[in-house]
Amino acid sequence: MDVLVCIKRVPAPGGKVLLSADGTSIDTRHLGFTIGPHEECAVEEAVRIVAEHGGSTTVLTAGPPEADEQLRYALSMGADHGVLVETGTRELDPQATATALTEAIRLLESESKPFDLVLFGNETADAGHYQVGVRVSRALGLPIVGGIKGIEIGTGRVSLQRDVADGVEVYDAPLPAAAAVKEGLNLPRYPSIKGRLRAKKSPVRTIRPEPSPGGLRTVRLRRPPEKEHETVVLGYGAEAAGAVVDVLAEKGLV
Amino acid sequence: MNTLPDRADVVVIGAGIVGNSLAHHLAQFGWRDIVLLDKGPLPDPGGSTGHASNFVFPVDHSKEITALTVDSMQQYEKLGTLTAPGGLELARNESRVEELKRRMASAKAWGIHAELLSPSAVAELVPYIDPSVIRLGFWTPSAAVVDPLQSGVLMREQAIALGALTVSANTAVLGIDTERGRVTKVRTDRGDIETPTVVVASGVWSPRIAAMAGARIPLTPAVHQMIDVGPIPELAETHTEVSFPLVRDMDALMYERQSGADLEIGSYAHRPILHDTEDIPSIEAAQLSPTQLPFTDDDFDPQMEDALELFPGILNAPGAGVRHAINGLLSVTPDGSPVLGETPEVAGLWSAAAVWIKEGPGVGRVLAEWMTHGTTEIDVHGADISRFYPHQRTAKHVRARAMEGYNKIYGIVHPSEQWESNRNQRLSPFHPREEALGARFFEVGGWERPHWYESNRHLLEEFAEHIDDRPHEWDARWWSPIIDAEHLAMRNRVAAIDLSAFAHFDVRGPGALDYVQRMAMAQVDKPVGKVIYTPVLDYRGGFRSDLTIVRRGEQEFRVITGGADGARDRKWFGDHVPDDGSVVLTDVTSAVATLGLWGPRARDVLSALTEQDVSAAAFPFGSARELTVDGVPVLALKISYVGDLGWELHAPFEQGLHLWDALFDAGAEHGIVPAGIGVYGTTGRLEKGYRLMGAELQSEYNPVEADLALPKVKSADFIGKEAYLKAREQDAAARLCTLTVDSHTDSGGTRRYPQPHSPVLTTSGDRIVDNAGRGSFVTSAGSAPSLGAYLLMSYLPPEHAVEGGSLLVEYMGERYPVTVARVGRTPLFDPDDRRMKA
Amino acid sequence: MLLVIVEEDAGGVSAASLEAVTCARHLAEGAGLDLHAAAFGAHGDLAAGLSKYGVSTLHLVTSESTREYSPELWGTALAELVEHTGATGVLAASTDRGTEILANAAASTEQPFASNCVAIEPGDPWTLTRQRGGGILLEDAELSGRVKLASLVAGSVEISEATATHEVDVLEFAPTPQATMPHSAIVDRTSRGSGVSLASARVVVSGGRGVGSAEGFAPLEELAELLGGAVGCSRVATNNGWRSHSDQVGLTGTKIGAELYIACGISGATQHWVGCMGAKTILAINTDPEAPLVARADYAVIGDVQEVLGAVLERLRARRAAA
Repeated sequence: MDVLVCIKRVPAPGGKVLLSADGTSIDTRHLGFTIGPHEECAVEEAVRIVAEHGGSTTVLTAGPPEADEQLRYALSMGADHGVLVETGTRELDPQATATALTEAIRLLESESKPFDLVLFGNETADAGHYQVGVRVSRALGLPIVGGIKGIEIGTGRVSLQRDVADGVEVYDAPLPAAAAVKEGLNLPRYPSIKGRLRAKKSPVRTIRPEPSPGGLRTVRLRRPPEKEHETVVLGYGAEAAGAVVDVLAEKGLV
Repeated sequence: MNTLPDRADVVVIGAGIVGNSLAHHLAQFGWRDIVLLDKGPLPDPGGSTGHASNFVFPVDHSKEITALTVDSMQQYEKLGTLTAPGGLELARNESRVEELKRRMASAKAWGIHAELLSPSAVAELVPYIDPSVIRLGFWTPSAAVVDPLQSGVLMREQAIALGALTVSANTAVLGIDTERGRVTKVRTDRGDIETPTVVVASGVWSPRIAAMAGARIPLTPAVHQMIDVGPIPELAETHTEVSFPLVRDMDALMYERQSGADLEIGSYAHRPILHDTEDIPSIEAAQLSPTQLPFTDDDFDPQMEDALELFPGILNAPGAGVRHAINGLLSVTPDGSPVLGETPEVAGLWSAAAVWIKEGPGVGRVLAEWMTHGTTEIDVHGADISRFYPHQRTAKHVRARAMEGYNKIYGIVHPSEQWESNRNQRLSPFHPREEALGARFFEVGGWERPHWYESNRHLLEEFAEHIDDRPHEWDARWWSPIIDAEHLAMRNRVAAIDLSAFAHFDVRGPGALDYVQRMAMAQVDKPVGKVIYTPVLDYRGGFRSDLTIVRRGEQEFRVITGGADGARDRKWFGDHVPDDGSVVLTDVTSAVATLGLWGPRARDVLSALTEQDVSAAAFPFGSARELTVDGVPVLALKISYVGDLGWELHAPFEQGLHLWDALFDAGAEHGIVPAGIGVYGTTGRLEKGYRLMGAELQSEYNPVEADLALPKVKSADFIGKEAYLKAREQDAAARLCTLTVDSHTDSGGTRRYPQPHSPVLTTSGDRIVDNAGRGSFVTSAGSAPSLGAYLLMSYLPPEHAVEGGSLLVEYMGERYPVTVARVGRTPLFDPDDRRMKA
Repeated sequence: MLLVIVEEDAGGVSAASLEAVTCARHLAEGAGLDLHAAAFGAHGDLAAGLSKYGVSTLHLVTSESTREYSPELWGTALAELVEHTGATGVLAASTDRGTEILANAAASTEQPFASNCVAIEPGDPWTLTRQRGGGILLEDAELSGRVKLASLVAGSVEISEATATHEVDVLEFAPTPQATMPHSAIVDRTSRGSGVSLASARVVVSGGRGVGSAEGFAPLEELAELLGGAVGCSRVATNNGWRSHSDQVGLTGTKIGAELYIACGISGATQHWVGCMGAKTILAINTDPEAPLVARADYAVIGDVQEVLGAVLERLRARRAAA
């Protein structure tokens, strides 16, 4: 099984997002970067699948040269190869991202052989376009299901599971296939020291495609307005229990 | 959510370990109406206290840092927030083995139990270490892990219980108002507080807070990288936060400690990464906390390999990974010491910054004591914010020294090691000549002072019989036998010494006499033209300073003090100027260049350049005269710190170079040589038994013990008088003695030269402690070429302060026999001072 | 012509879809275009439900290959319908399926798609506002293309009827069978059975760091059961292994729309907030009065979770026993 995982360099969560003065990008001065949680699960899953079924894991990212850091993190988790699709520091629209990824994957596949499984995060933690994985898969002619929280590799087929509002759905697809996965698929490992040292020394390949822009153009970013409101403090400790029950009663819950 | 009082006796800004401890101790000392503010939430407001590694190794080469640490450990223990698994400092290479032996001497000097352990003994204590990587371990059983956040909670609770403290978290300070140089008000986003006293205990934010009042706290935030690796089964099995000893892998500049199932690894080996206080993210914008910045892998990776080498087993445990990694911010100062005390710029504005977790509670207590009584039990002059001259408080200097000093945190630092960055800031007018003469410059207070001159190398031959070379590199580092040669040339002929680093204050006005009387222990009400040497005491009767005062007129005095302590003395004198305008204190340091001229031929040289009578009768020892020396107006003082005939010549700064050239021209036929501070500060003065501020003279000792008590006590009041009188009535707990080293040869046959801070032991090797609890250690050490001896100074309790008595000194892991050559101040060289008075 | 995908809920058009219809009508009116709707595998009478909302035609996609859900096949069918009808814009609600179908259709037609929009204005290009990072940020953007596709976040548009009611023409559309296209197929579906789903629960009792342990969730479970709600948790609780990921409320977990959200010992990082901000009323229980979620909550109790919940449960049990 040769597994490809597409990841994205995104700001680590935790802090309030500050915007650049012109509002077209976020202020990254104080930010650390990470792989989005969905994609971290994708890397973990790929490493586990390869450990069980053999083959290799390739991680690929489209982004600025600094995304090398995220590739190396994935390598330190156990991925075998890293590919940086260098698309500059400005964020691409989803069509352009998909084109860049598709071109890069075609190039990689033309040099060796097609990947058996391609994993994406369900949506990126920052832009959240919910479509890059679908566009790439469809361009490559791969079936793809989103929201995946369980993957089972069968003979020539893969079984994919996802949560829906009222239960669980199981999909079946022929290999090669793709899936857009969600956090909860597994619990990603922390990179071992050896893994980190190995990752540091691993070569990372760089591809520089030149995709043309798609139809979605960002004008500016802004923070949603905070609703002005007062918090009603019902009380302190156990003494507040009466007031809590009153609220529940008011809502018709008791 | 909480309301602030509109006035307070003191506002402490910052609820880290220092602010909490300070609030607690102020309450204990009887302060009420204390307000403690923090911009962040409690108990972890987001400063360095919240992400520190929290371990405490008590032994430091610095006596004051060790004292603060030991005090802190006692406080942590009392709060129940200390666990002591013990700590190991490891040597991988030979120079570190030597350093650990030196550390052993420091442990002994400061009275902390420690042992040197073989690699296999280390591996018994920490089974997951690979002993083949190391050569020696330094084991401190009392090394501990503490919980500073919980300690802070308890300290606040105690102060609140006393009704002394209001705490306000999530409160940002917007400004600090001053009036006529005094703090009046703290403005916050939750209201204003009128207060006469503000303490900046704001860690890495301290420069920003101090700047609101117009003061500078010289520190810079710097990154310290930390990672957590786990889970590790061997550690998890202990079911404790920490059971295994803490490890400092000194040569890798790293530490490793158990933290539950994880091994926490921290590093001081990576490139210095400095931040601007202004660039620290806000609490909101920070991903973890404002002082836990995103980890930068590239900087840490080399250390990872070092860690893997030392702990191969557990760091490769299956499933163990890097669970947490940060670039933590901590405060770094230009000289690595804390920044404590009232700022020189703004009265009532105190600094409590650049403090490690290990010193936090002690610093709080010491500062509270200082704020309450004006003086401290532990001598903290090395941490006093007023030690910095103005240029040393600039961002440029702070950054340059922090950059240079960062990797010294775990480095092997020779006690005389010189800084390389931001040098050549304060140059005497003689500097071009000194450079041409091959001066080796040492820095004091930013001044470049020749320590010796390579141009004098030829003297080594002349005095070969009287000069010992030092075969061991460590003993000879930052030293040259030329110092001894310059010394002998001075004793035989005459030498000129650049003393322009002295600080000079003019005191004038109707209240001048009363004022200097109050400052000085000695009688200053002497006839015009007299020079008075005097200790300056603190309120507890310990040494604050020692200096020279010249009476230049009925209402005019010149105070001359050493360059090392000039800035501190400037603040001390400035703080005590009366409010009534009767005294004007002017710092004239930058206007005066000073050249010392000493030696049996000094009078021959000087008299060739002046028409005035400089004979002993006309210009007696201990007096001052205005001379014209080759047309240069000079204030000449007939005194000597090196014990020879001669003068301190104080000239207008811009005529200094002319004075130098004139003296060297006239001195040529008398064999004049330039001599460095090696002679002035060590060899010359040690032979004469002269004490040095910061070495022998510390606030923890009094004039009786230093044998600087005067025959009579003046009737005028002076600071420390009460304590001084008391000390005179009591038997001294220790007396300052001069010792000679009887044998220099170590077990390998190499001659060694014990350095300051070496512990002085009984002949059976026991530590010597006086009845005030102070251990005996070497305060100064150096050769006495005119005596053919190597001298040490040390305070000894009465039973050992016996001339002719035998003792031992421990140095670099070995012991050397010494003899008490002198008890008290009478010089070993020229005991009757005939040379100076000739 | 603009096309809007409608999903079924209890035999009628879902509320989220009616929002999309309202938004699409606004766009159609602004451009003087017709408004059509499309539905996959519908069972109920959707046409009747749409007549008041300005939809002139409903396309029912019916074929053997699209009978069961398949993202690729449904998306391809939609693309074919778009070409067939000449639609210049397609809207759907930002549901899992709505988003997935639009993404697939956008991929098939190679046209742009803006997901998670909260507002769209007519014109060419469309000017729109979409959510990033689950709503942490808003992005003002322009969408231009031969066919524009967009999905609309539930709750962003107030549903409104058209000025006039029209009979809705119903047309069946049978897409071309995709015999060779590799695609996934749904093979199993298990229903949650009993228990209330987190996304749709009226009450969610959720716990974070302040709960302290897996066992610490017992009173939360009891309270949820008493109130007929579901138990949720923060990322801290999931990462500590106290709860399974399916209970996680937040950006990478479930976004809830409960009547009441009871947050126990959750400080409320932005990533959590975007998961619970859809709740009508928030009650936060936390020892830290300055915690972000306390500041954003409607009601707050300052105190230890176990202590507060213990007292609340005692009262509720007493009430129940009395009743």
